[in-house]
Amino acid sequence: MSPKASPKSLFEKVWDHHQVCTQTDEQPAVLYIDRHLVHEVTSPQAFTELRERDLRVRRPDQTFATMDHSTPTVPLGADGKPVYASEDTRLQVQTLQENCAEFGIELFGWDSPNRGVIHVMAPELGLTLPGMTIVCGDSHTATHGAFGALAFGIGTTEVSHVLATQCLLQRKPKSMRVTINGRLHRGVSAKDMALAVIAALGASGGVGHVIEYAGEAVRWLDMEERMTLCNMTIEAGARAGMIAPDEVTFSWLKGRDYAPKGEDWDRAVEDWKTLNSDENAIFSTEITLDARFMAPMITYGPSPDMGMAVDSITPHPCSDVERRGLDYMRFTPGRPIMGEKVDVVFIGSCTNGRLNDLRDAARVLMGHKVHKDVRMLVVPGSEQVRREAEKEGLHEIFEKAGAQWRLPGCSMCIAMNGDMAKPGELVVSTSNRNFEGRQGKGARTVLASPATAAASAIWGEVADPRPFMEAPRVA
Amino acid sequence: MSHKKSMPQQFTSLTSKTLVLAQENIDTDQIIPARFLTTTSRHGLGRAAFYDWRYDEAGMARNSDPFAGKDAGEHQILVGGDNFGCGSSREHAPWALSDFGFRAIISTKIADIFKSNALKNGIIPIEVSAETHADLVANPGVEVQVDLERCEISRPGVWKQSFEIERFGRRCLLDGVDPLGFLQGCEDEIAQFEAART
Ligand code: SF4
Repeated sequence: MSPKASPKSLFEKVWDHHQVCTQTDEQPAVLYIDRHLVHEVTSPQAFTELRERDLRVRRPDQTFATMDHSTPTVPLGADGKPVYASEDTRLQVQTLQENCAEFGIELFGWDSPNRGVIHVMAPELGLTLPGMTIVCGDSHTATHGAFGALAFGIGTTEVSHVLATQCLLQRKPKSMRVTINGRLHRGVSAKDMALAVIAALGASGGVGHVIEYAGEAVRWLDMEERMTLCNMTIEAGARAGMIAPDEVTFSWLKGRDYAPKGEDWDRAVEDWKTLNSDENAIFSTEITLDARFMAPMITYGPSPDMGMAVDSITPHPCSDVERRGLDYMRFTPGRPIMGEKVDVVFIGSCTNGRLNDLRDAARVLMGHKVHKDVRMLVVPGSEQVRREAEKEGLHEIFEKAGAQWRLPGCSMCIAMNGDMAKPGELVVSTSNRNFEGRQGKGARTVLASPATAAASAIWGEVADPRPFMEAPRVA
Repeated sequence: MSHKKSMPQQFTSLTSKTLVLAQENIDTDQIIPARFLTTTSRHGLGRAAFYDWRYDEAGMARNSDPFAGKDAGEHQILVGGDNFGCGSSREHAPWALSDFGFRAIISTKIADIFKSNALKNGIIPIEVSAETHADLVANPGVEVQVDLERCEISRPGVWKQSFEIERFGRRCLLDGVDPLGFLQGCEDEIAQFEAART
């Protein structure tokens, strides 16, 4: 870059590298897509469109599929086949299998040791690399921004556009930087950081923007924690979250199946080192927070921005949304949530279904029992996570405590596969959305970190995880 | 032009009564609950629109059903609260709304992915000022005119104002331009771009 070139943000660098045609007033940019991730729920209608137009997939080599939303997490049946919750879900998965076979797309299916929630398994395989553009018919595609990729969710019509042309028509979003200074206290996790950021921005605070996370607290996060933070960016309304890649990123990626090898690797790393915001880069919005003021978080209403420290009290509503939210949750204003009776605890999802998350929960549960009135599901984010957790014996800690150890999938995060809560039940969930009915009709969801969820499972009430954490937080 | 194709949903203008759902942050899980996403088709989802707002756990119509007695053909304009359509990227949300009969959504702010999905399915996303929104919320069921050609929205005899809309998406609806056909028309540029990178 010549010294005179105007400074660019990380987002602008990646955007500029992928413009096939720049935008004008009349026409959005044509943006080239490096990776297209596909799952069973948002793709069938896109493949139908291709078939109706007699089109092929332009770059099957840049397209990867898995099945996660509709797949059961209970053990395979006696016949070795998955036990689907309904004929519809079985058909949806079968449709994906048929589409992938017909269009030549690699599918990490039932027989693959790498199947899993799409935003967990793709990074694990090294399919997600710094500087890429990555899309998926799924709003939590923002997860992959943890690697310095520009990754965002698209609708099914756009899925068909990418399948057919490897490109998207896009208007350039605005950019925002969220700088988080300081370091997190022991017992406070990346999930708590994400919930604190969303509470600060509001559910629509990021609309129209791509967020770059920066600052000491972010640099200090490991890769899995960075994914947790970026994952929930959409909960503040933003299209994508990004973190500039660094040594943490490179060492995590090195040797992964689809990561470059040998000389290609060295060249790639040199290239990736330029992926950061220039000193004087301009953002349309800048926000600064301090990690030292963050505590374990919990949500008190059916919107992810209704978050507060787990040991504080619910607000006196100052708007209709808050009043309705507290009503739906059956929480009283001005009261603690700690002590509220819990029916279900869910550990998993693309937010908190990775190995670190399971370790966090296991560390709290070790030597304890899940409360007799609580049903606890632990659902690893992928087959890889499941294998590694079992190697470490985490599943035994969960099972000994009385929790259910399941097969990988989205499970109770979206409650499409039969895993769900009953009307009125209170769920402490490590997933990302507490919308009304998200985990089953009438279910009441509070979002929390794996440690908070595990502590709540032990008490049978919403609980603070900090008393369970004696050992200092390891970097 | 070669990339023109007759679109299922062409749009120039619309005059209809409004249906008001004023609360903020109406997410796509409200618009269509996830259990209806097990379909492999984009058709017939109108019955699932706002299902849990309309029916109780036993599948009986709720007394509080905001759609009760409102003929979908007469109420084609939905006025939603701030940040309408937040949450998941499911295009099933505009599919359900369109199948239910809505052709326009008015709010102070509409979530990004939903906005883009809506426009692709012949539903005009219109962001208005807080005052205009307050007027619409205070007067549910009034007649509103949407003129896509002029980018104008009005409550006839009361107020008229212009609105902003992504120009390409608008042209697709007005002139029947097919976005996928348009992208295919960029094949030379795309091939050049790929060649330059390898
Ligand atoms: S785990 Fe939840 S948020 Fe993540 S992809 Fe699955 S359903 Fe979506």
